[in-house]
Amino acid sequence: MIDTSLWNWDHVWSALPEMLTAFVKVTLVVTIVGSAIAIVLGLVIALVRRSAPQPISGVVTFLMNFIRMTPLVVQLLFMYYALTSWSPLMVGIVVFGVHYSTFMAEVYRAGIDSVPRGQWEATTALSMSPGRTWIAVIIPQAVRATVPALGNYVISMFKETPFLVAVSVIDMVGAARAYGGDHFRFTEVFIVAGVLFLLASYPTSLLINRLEKRLAY
Amino acid sequence: MPTDSFTHTGAIELAEGETPAIRFNHIVKRYGDHTVLDGLDFTVRRGDRVTLIGPSGSGKTTILRLVMTLEESQDGYILIDDKPLTHIEKDGKRVALKDKHRSQMRKRIGMVFQQFNLFPNMTVLENIMEAPVHVLGISKADAKKRAHELLEQVGLPDKADAHPTSLSGGQQQRVAIARALAMDPEILLLDEVTSALDPEVVGEVLGILRKIAETTDVTMLIVTHEMQFARDVSNRVLMFDGGRIVEEGAPADIFDNPQEQRTRDFLSAVA
Repeated sequence: MIDTSLWNWDHVWSALPEMLTAFVKVTLVVTIVGSAIAIVLGLVIALVRRSAPQPISGVVTFLMNFIRMTPLVVQLLFMYYALTSWSPLMVGIVVFGVHYSTFMAEVYRAGIDSVPRGQWEATTALSMSPGRTWIAVIIPQAVRATVPALGNYVISMFKETPFLVAVSVIDMVGAARAYGGDHFRFTEVFIVAGVLFLLASYPTSLLINRLEKRLAY
Repeated sequence: MPTDSFTHTGAIELAEGETPAIRFNHIVKRYGDHTVLDGLDFTVRRGDRVTLIGPSGSGKTTILRLVMTLEESQDGYILIDDKPLTHIEKDGKRVALKDKHRSQMRKRIGMVFQQFNLFPNMTVLENIMEAPVHVLGISKADAKKRAHELLEQVGLPDKADAHPTSLSGGQQQRVAIARALAMDPEILLLDEVTSALDPEVVGEVLGILRKIAETTDVTMLIVTHEMQFARDVSNRVLMFDGGRIVEEGAPADIFDNPQEQRTRDFLSAVA
């Protein structure tokens, strides 16, 4: 018997538990842990490129551009088959984190460049050490300028988590597809998936706006 | 450019055994093809208040920036208390000194900037305490006490917890003065400290600097367009033009009885 109705709420309710489970266990985990990696590693890359001596900063710049200029899915597949001892979820988290760190590094660079020269000169006039200059003056001011752009990358990372299907990790969209395949009903599950993304993304963007305002002085 | 025609070398007679606070030894500073300072010599005694005057582009600010090591000269030597600041002469060659040495030397020198350059991510108190605590290693409690004293001194005792952006330009500059003094510098560089201020607050900032000049023996090197302030505070005035000292003397001599035409022209232009 084929259900020919356009919309059937029953499918929404029966698909939702699995989708929500996958949303929390995969989509959120990859986004949150991946963002944490990207935010920290991105800053490290930006600092190394700026301050490290030539061979090191050159190598880091090359790697950064290499990762930026190749598709995320290719990186996922490559690491999935290269690191067979890792769980696919682990591969996903690391690849997402590293991939986005290369974009965030550029955001940090712009943020660091936006700190006025007078701030550097004041740290010199006060004999502050390079470490203290970065930690107490430059990074706090640079990061403040980068919050909107970093936030946008977190949201786009979140929206790209369905690529995890390439390495057989079942995220929320993967769960929706599995349900749809079992029941020959795709309309409800994919609309629900889209709505769930929207429900998570939109408040996050509002949160980032608020954070930006709070950091302003 | 021939140097023979050049009579005012900025040299002063030093007492026997006296070490000058600052000595410029044939300093050359170029930006690209443009030579700002062409073999500048001059000496500043300890406790001197020297004001540098002259048209813009004459190299006055560059001199302060060289002393603060914000710029690097291409030739010559700067001595602070007879110790080399950034370079020494070794086997007839000019050798750059290590960063460690430079930062050691910098601790003796403080600077107040035209644009204040307070740290906007810190409160007023944190701005003042930062370097004493993290550079000089003074305890937080002592640094805090001293910061409050300095805020009292610059007339802002109730602004300790304010953020710099909430302050007026004049207030920010007073905090910047307190921040520089918190390091107990032997030499204080004042780089057009009132140029970015509204006219009505210039007086309060200059008043504080006058008081500092009266109550301390800090050596001051001042670049300013406030001629009355230069006259009140300094004991020596150097007139610059084209990176050279055109004329120098006591404020009364320079302002009331200038010998050089260029000095007269400059003074009548700024009056």
